[in-house]
Formats: sequence, C-alpha cells, structure tokens
Amino acid sequence: MAEKKLMKGNEALAEGAIRAGCRFFAGYPITPQNEVPEYMSWRLPQVNGAFVQAESEVSAINMVYGAAATGVRCMTSSSSPGISLKQEGISYCAGADLPVFIGNVMRGGPGLGNIAGAQGDYWQATRGGGHGDYRTFVMAPNSVTEMANFPHKCFEVSFKYRIPSMVLADGIIGQMMEPVEFKHPEVDVKTLVEPDWAIGVNGGRAKRIVKSYDLREGYLEVMVNERVKRYKQIEASETLYEEKMMDDAEIAIVAYGTSARVSVAAMKLAREKGLKVGLFRPITLWPFPKARLVELSKRVKKFLVVEMSLGQMVEDVQLALNGRAEVHLHAKPGASVMTADEVYRTMDNIVKKGAKEYAAAK
Amino acid sequence: MYQGIKISGFGGQGVISAGYLLAQAGMMEGKEVSFFPAYGAEMRGGTANCSVVVASDEVTTPIVTSPDTAIVLNEPSLAKFEPTVKPGGLLIINSSLVNSKATRTDIKVIYVPCNQVAGELGNAKIMNMVALGAFAAATGAITIDAIAKALPKVYKKLKPEVIELNVKALKRGAEFKLN
Repeated sequence: MAEKKLMKGNEALAEGAIRAGCRFFAGYPITPQNEVPEYMSWRLPQVNGAFVQAESEVSAINMVYGAAATGVRCMTSSSSPGISLKQEGISYCAGADLPVFIGNVMRGGPGLGNIAGAQGDYWQATRGGGHGDYRTFVMAPNSVTEMANFPHKCFEVSFKYRIPSMVLADGIIGQMMEPVEFKHPEVDVKTLVEPDWAIGVNGGRAKRIVKSYDLREGYLEVMVNERVKRYKQIEASETLYEEKMMDDAEIAIVAYGTSARVSVAAMKLAREKGLKVGLFRPITLWPFPKARLVELSKRVKKFLVVEMSLGQMVEDVQLALNGRAEVHLHAKPGASVMTADEVYRTMDNIVKKGAKEYAAAK
Repeated sequence: MYQGIKISGFGGQGVISAGYLLAQAGMMEGKEVSFFPAYGAEMRGGTANCSVVVASDEVTTPIVTSPDTAIVLNEPSLAKFEPTVKPGGLLIINSSLVNSKATRTDIKVIYVPCNQVAGELGNAKIMNMVALGAFAAATGAITIDAIAKALPKVYKKLKPEVIELNVKALKRGAEFKLN
C-alpha cells in the first residue's frame, strides 16, 4: 500500500482533477477554496497544463467554456458568491453541451455572507442557478478522499453525456485535513480520444461549431429534448448514495457533506440510547437518489433531513417520498454547524412526539 | 479510543502547526485522524484555534465542539474553551501566560509553564511542543515517539538539531503530570 498522505480537501480536489486528466484551470481567488487555484498554479505546469488566474469569476468560467470546446478536460472553482457570478457561463456551457468541471466549496450566504462552511447552495447547484432548462451533474463529497476521487467521476460523466459537472463541497470539507487515498489510476491524457464535436486546428475535416443556440424555427425545442434524453440516462445509471446501519433503522437521517459526518456521530449517540437510526447519504445531489428513498419508505416511516441550510434538500426528499413517510427537518442555516447532540435531541423529540400522538389516537 | 482535541492560543504560538503535527503523528501510528483549522480572520496576535480528532475507528465530525482535551495557550482561550470540555475530560493550561486557574471541578487540569520550559531549552518557538508532550503523556492517545517521527514530515525545512530540540521539548512536557 502506498504511504498515506495527510491532505487538505481543497488540495485533494485539485490533485484529483489533475490525475483525472484536467489540463486547464481558470479561477479567481475566494475563501474558503483558495488552495484549489494555489495548488493548480504550481502543479498544472508540471504536467504541461495551463493555469490562468482570471480577472474575475465571469472570465474564468468563459475561459473554461473555450477550453472545453476544444475537447480538453478543464476546471474552474470558486465559493458561493463566485459561483453565483459564474451562473451565466454555466448556463451557456449547458446550452453548448460542454463537459466543464466546476468546484464549489460553499461558504455562508446570501450576499457576501461569511467565509465559514455552509450548504446554502443546494438549490442553486441542483436546480441550475443560471437561466433556461438544464441540469448539471452534482456530487457531494463528505471526506478528503472523496474530494480526491470525485473529479474522476465528474469528468467521466461530463464527457460521456456532454454535461457540466460540479463537486459541491462545504468549506469544512475544503479546509480540513485527512489521510487521502487516490483510488483511480492516473489518466494518461495521451490516451484520451478527441471528442467528435471538439473544435481545433484540423484542416480538411468537416466544420464543427460549438454554440448554445439554434435559431431555426422549432430547433431549440429539438436541442433541449435531445438533452433531456441524456438527462434521463444519467438519472437511470449515474445515481449514487451511501447507507449506514439502514438494515433495521426506524428513523433514517438524510444528509450530505459535513452534515452527514455530524449525523454519523448523532446516529451512534442515538444507537447507544436505543433508537434505531440509520443514515442515507445522497452522493449525487442531481440526479437525486429518489428511487432508493421510495424503496426504503416501504419499511422506514420517519425521515429526518439534516442540512446546513434553511431547508433545501428536504424538498427533494419530500418530492421523492410524496407522502409515503414523515419527513422532518433539522436545519442549520447561517454557516454554522449542528452538533451531534442537537441532531440526537431532534430525533428523540420525533420519537416522543410520535408516541404521544399514538397514545392520543388510542 | 476517540479523542477530540481543541488547541487554542495566539496566532504565532504554533496552534495550527501543533494540530497538523498531532494529526500527522496519529496517522503515522495507524489511527484515523482529522485536522480542521479555524480559518476566520485570524492574524498574528489574534486568537487562533484548531480541531484535531485521533481515533481508533472512523472520525465522525472534524469540528470538535466538546473536546475530550482542550489545550489553551493564552488567557482568552481558557475563558472560551474551559466550559466546552467534556465532563471527565482534560484541560492543559499554559501557565506561563495564563494567570487564571480553571474553575471546573469535573475535569482534569494540568498546568504546564510552556514558555518557561521552552526558554530553558533555548528556543521560545517550541513552546507548543511542551504542551503536546504533556498531552501525549496524560492521554496516551498518541506516543511522544510518533510525534517525534511526524516532525520532519510537517516541518520539512527544519534542521536535524532543531528537530532534536523539539523532541526534547516534547519529553520535558511529558514530565508534567496530573496533580
């Protein structure tokens, strides 16, 4: 086994992207993701890649649009306010079917908010913060090792389905250090086949155009519907989740990122006190693991969504379950982190309230 | 074994690097670890803190809110973190700079004159190692040996004689026991 290395989440994300074949990065500094561009600035030249510190987030996303149009694996990253600035560009990338990879290391919001870790960009990431009908493939890491390995999956999905992809981490996952394990073999960029839509200098072949529009009557609808087919394929085959102690669970916590880490501690606390609690962790936020939640609801009748936001993911859980089970919420907005004890108390209340209601009904 | 550790002091006292070092040492000893620095508007002279977890099993949350051990290197940190220590937990106080005494009776307290010991060893910068030495000896969560082995991994540019001095500081710190 290779020697274990202690690494910061942000650095692991950058190194993971490079190992997955990323050879172009454009970005603009913002806390708490500064280690990503910092790492890229010295590491990319070592692998014959290019790093650009752009003059703004808007420039960075459009540089990445250009790079992706040539078929190269490329990335931009930022944190919440900076990702807001990139939304127009992300919509254009989606419209032009470009496989760009975006890192969002979330901080507090709205507005300038603060620089602490948060999960307030769930809606923006999963609903498409830019204009128009589109989707982005969104992965939510809860460890430094996942930061290191998710870029590989993102590039794979992005290139297979021609869709922008995003790692949606919170500032805590970005800033923390943990032993890291890179699970995928390093991608040799020389072996990557140039996509049949990529533009570049290649005399003699048929003209290729990358654009996010087709002004012929009725053709935008055709374009969007063609894209929807790919979205359906992604939903069918790229959905990821993790379950912990769900076999005998009577309450399922649904949480991602740092919230899922705290929830594991809360689950252990609850188990010690006799509550049968399990954890369901969506790894892809879009596509959201709806089908599995429905399956679980045949047995589990109480779900508790734990998130560091005012209640965003809870809507996806409600949509998925559609009344099949109780859905409760433990929300912690404002860039603060819930404690395991707080989450445990919420679960305890749910159980006690349920018992009271049962007694009253009798 | 699950040790949630909070280290806090002035920026410049080596709070963040002590936390990083503990995590590195724990990892090299085959334990599960995490390190999370407070990354707010910290600056030299302001107060900085970090969370470290060293565990035999999975690390759950990397943010330590009720520490098993708090290491406080300056006065404001004592006021801030003494109330957060788990009942039965450990509080290590740098008595060179912290004049107040701990008020809680349900925790263990060790007073370590970190700056004084570092001064005696001839290098004020190694005061954080004195505190780590006391931590290692009192909790057994990590060995002095492991911390010593982690030193060159974390401080890559340190000369061997300076590493040696750091190890001495760790050992001196380990001599401070519970009353």
